[in-house]
This record gives sequence, C-alpha cells and structure tokens, in this order.
Amino acid sequence: MKIDSKTVQDVAHLARLEFEAEGEQKIINDMNRMLGFVEKLNELNTDGIEPLIYMTEETNHLREDVVHPPLSHKEVLQNAPKHDSDYFKVPKVVEKK
Amino acid sequence: MVKEYSSLADVQNDLRAGAITAVDLTRSYVERIENNKNLNVFLEVFTDSALAKAEEVDAKIKSGTAGKLAGMVIALKDNICYRGHKVSASSRILENFVSPYSSTVVERLLQEDAIIIGRTNCDEFAMGSSNENSAYGNVLNSLDHKRVPGGSSGGSAVAVAANLCLAALGTDTGGSIRQPASFCGVVGLKPTYGRVSRWGIIAYASSFDQVGPLTHNVADAAAILEVISGVDEFDGTLATQPVPAYSQQLQAPQKKRFAYLRDCLEKDGLDPEIKNRLLQLMERLRAEGHVVEPVEFPYLDYLVPTYYVLTTAEASSNLARFDGIRYGYRSANATDLESTYKKSRSEGFGAEVKRRIMLGTFVLSAGYYDAYYSKGQKVRRLLRNKTEEILSSYDFILLPTTPGTAFEFGANSADPIKMYLEDIFTVQANLTGVPAISVPAGKASNGMPFGVQLMSANFTEPALLAMSAHVQDICEKL
Repeated sequence: MKIDSKTVQDVAHLARLEFEAEGEQKIINDMNRMLGFVEKLNELNTDGIEPLIYMTEETNHLREDVVHPPLSHKEVLQNAPKHDSDYFKVPKVVEKK
Repeated sequence: MVKEYSSLADVQNDLRAGAITAVDLTRSYVERIENNKNLNVFLEVFTDSALAKAEEVDAKIKSGTAGKLAGMVIALKDNICYRGHKVSASSRILENFVSPYSSTVVERLLQEDAIIIGRTNCDEFAMGSSNENSAYGNVLNSLDHKRVPGGSSGGSAVAVAANLCLAALGTDTGGSIRQPASFCGVVGLKPTYGRVSRWGIIAYASSFDQVGPLTHNVADAAAILEVISGVDEFDGTLATQPVPAYSQQLQAPQKKRFAYLRDCLEKDGLDPEIKNRLLQLMERLRAEGHVVEPVEFPYLDYLVPTYYVLTTAEASSNLARFDGIRYGYRSANATDLESTYKKSRSEGFGAEVKRRIMLGTFVLSAGYYDAYYSKGQKVRRLLRNKTEEILSSYDFILLPTTPGTAFEFGANSADPIKMYLEDIFTVQANLTGVPAISVPAGKASNGMPFGVQLMSANFTEPALLAMSAHVQDICEKL
C-alpha cells in the first residue's frame, strides 16, 4: 500500500486534522514508512486465528442502577473554551439564507 | 534539614518515632524540586494541597489512625486526574484543563494517606520513548543531562531517581514505566491488564494501558500496588479476584523456573554490557538452584509492528474526544464547525500524536480494516498464545528491559521507526496483558544504569514482586 496526497487528505478529514504544503509531504513520507514497517505482519499466517479483541476474561459486571449526583453545570462548563451560564457555545451551524 | 529517604519503611519509622513530621518532609521535597527545576520534571507542584494533606497525616499519626501509605510523598504522571488540579497529558490541547473529578488511583492513594506532591512531565498523551514529545520541553536525565530519561513516564522516573519524591505513578502502554525506570536506575512495574482501574486516566490505547508505580525498591512498589489495585465500578475491565497483600509476600522465593528468549539475547543492537550482565545473573540464579533455560519465541520482530497497528487505532478513537468544544484548546482561526474541529486539533496536538492518529485512522478505515487492524488483532492472539504457553511451563520470562542505556537527545528524532524499536523488549507484556517489572541491574561503562525485566503469568504479581526484589539484590552484589 502506497500513501499519496489523496489518501492523506481523505484520512485527515476522517481524523478531523489538516495537513498542508510541507506538512502534507512529511506525513505522506512518515505514513509510508510506518505502513512499510507494520506490513511485516503479512509474513505471518493467521488463517483460522480469531482476532483477539478483549484482554480481560471478565464479562458484564452488572450493578444496581442508582442515581449519583452528577457534576454541576459550573464544573462541567469550567473547562469549555466558550460557554454561557448553561451551554457550550459553538460556531453557527445553520446559516440564514 | 530532612535527610533523603529511599524507602517508605524508613520514612514511616522516623515519622512514628517523631524524628520528622510529614509537613517537614513535604517541605523538603518541595525545596528539592525547586532546586532541580532545570531538570524540567514537574509541570506543577501541588504545594498547598500537599502541605494540607501532610498536616492531616501528622495528626493521624499522633492519633494512631494513619493509613498504609502515610508519609509517602508521591508524584503523578501528567495524565492522571486529580480533582481541582490541572492535568494536561503534556499537550497544548489540554494546557489549562482542570480535572473536575479524581481518578480511582488518586482516591485510593489519598485514602491511605499518601501525599501527592505534583504532576510530572511526560511524552504528549504518553506517546514516546524519550520524553522529547512533551509540549512543555524535554525532561533531563538527572544522571547525565545530555541524555533522555526515557518515556513516556520520563518525568516520573527522574522524579524518583533525583529524590524529588519518594515514589511516582506512571502509565505503561508499551513500556512507558519500565523503559524510563531502566534509563534512570529505578524500579518500574506494569501490573496485569485489569488489575488497576483506568478510571480518570487520560486514555492512549485502552486495551494496553495500565497504571503502575516507579519506586526505589520493590517493597514500595508492592505497597502502592496493594492500595491502587482491585475492582472499581467505573472500570468494567477490572478483574474481580481479590487483591493479595503484596507487601507481606516478599520473602525470598523458593526454586523457580526461568525462561529466556534466545532471540532476545542474540538481537542485533543489544548492548553487550547488558547482555553480559544478564548472563551473569542467569549464572547466579542457576547456582542458587533455579532452572534457567532458553526458549524459542519466533515473533520478536513482529511485536513492535503489531503494537503500532493496534495502539494507533485505539489512540485515533480515544483522541477523537478532543474537539475544541467541551474542553481544551479551541483555535481562534476557525470559521465554522468543521474548521473548529480541524484547526483546534491540528494546532493543539503535536507531530507524533498526529502521526499516530493518522496511522490509526487509516488502519481502521473502510477497505483497510481487515488487512491491517484485524490482522493485528489476529497476530496479537498468536503472541498471547505463545507467551501463555511459555508461562505455563516457566514461572518467569527473563529479558532485558531496553536494548541500550539512555541515548542522547536527538539521537532517534529523525526516524520514528528507530524510536519505536526502543520498545522491542517491553511491548510483549502489553500486547499479551501479563505483568512485567524492570529492576536496576547495573551500570554500563558510560556511567548510565540499565534494568533487567521479568514477566510472569496474569495475576501472579506476588511471585513476580518477590523474585524481582531478589533479582535486584543479586544484581547489586554482582
């Protein structure tokens, strides 16, 4: 697999990141090197091997559904870059025609 | 003037005897941190809350109600949440973030009267092996300022090595506790996956991450593990089995069976001085009546590639939460919602974090998922099966912690792959979930320390800790 400008731009959009000009060329190079490195895994035969997904033997710890006091509005909003007394503020999403 | 301590037992003896107070002890550490600011270890010293806790500890000692860790002055890696205190994962994107809640490990430390002294510098979002990826500058190795402390818990390792605190917590995703412990000459433990709660830890790769201690000795690591382990309703991956009294089970071990991976010792790039020390250690263990045998592990060169496929995938998912809306950095250059996400993330994250998010997003994307991500998960099962097979006939796997001693700043910066291979001996424990510990094994002729590593089967920390204490003793006498 060879990473090109189009792949980088597609993946960057999925990851909500931007790479322009020099940054784009650098990430293309880095990703190609990293992919070349991880493609070593293709040497191993994994036919019939189930993917290992869960690292724990535990299953479904159920607990009583008890109401705990949540964080206050003030505590939740204290780290927001833009907010008023009740809400996070975001840029306008729907434009007026 | 308070003397320098290197064990909790000594601290507690002097506290109980009235030779020192917790307040004076805490002040002495604050002063040492101040005098060693050039090392860039602490991003913030929690002087007020630490002194308040120390006063409480002094009162409890007088009334005989002090907890197990009373007087342990401990630092937190900057990815462990502590209510009302800043935590940044050493990233610009969380520069002014104040945690509205405490991680379970912090709650448990405080319950047992540990004194939390501050937060330590690390690689951004715990991604790195040299601490050169912090947004807040390099941490210097206190033994040689030209050299890296290792990473990602580099600040925590130097904090202990330079006596800026008695102990520190780190997190270990691929070696981030053990590798800096090796580079700085301290003990570093990664517990079994599912032993310690991840609630309140800023996630990197959730099926790999574990919190663990960095200490001067194994006994202190055992004392901390005993306090931070065990079920927590906020982390469903935790094991339900009871937590043993690790600190009471450190007696010299009976005859045990050690395996070493033949390929590890023959690996190109393994420092011959480290190899020789391992061979000497094996000889001593055999002389004591332990069995030490080579085993085949045909996957050594597949460990780091598997690690990078899976951890970058998990990171790309975990780090999606940093969107510039609810908390963290928001770019002033954004014009609409999409550019708010993109510009905030692009300006807020550093280069290595973006590299890993990109690779992770790619391996998870439609069309490539099976070839990369799913393949990685299948190889992970092969690795775990083989590791479990070895550990069903041996008590321990003995291996180097790192291929070499601490390298100089910039030595691996130009080549991400070269940097990734620094973790070749440590990622196996995270890929397979087993516990692993690095204890100081000696010093190379360049004056820098290095560690030796032991791995054991899941949840066999009592045997692992007892044997590693013994191994540290042997190495000190070699």
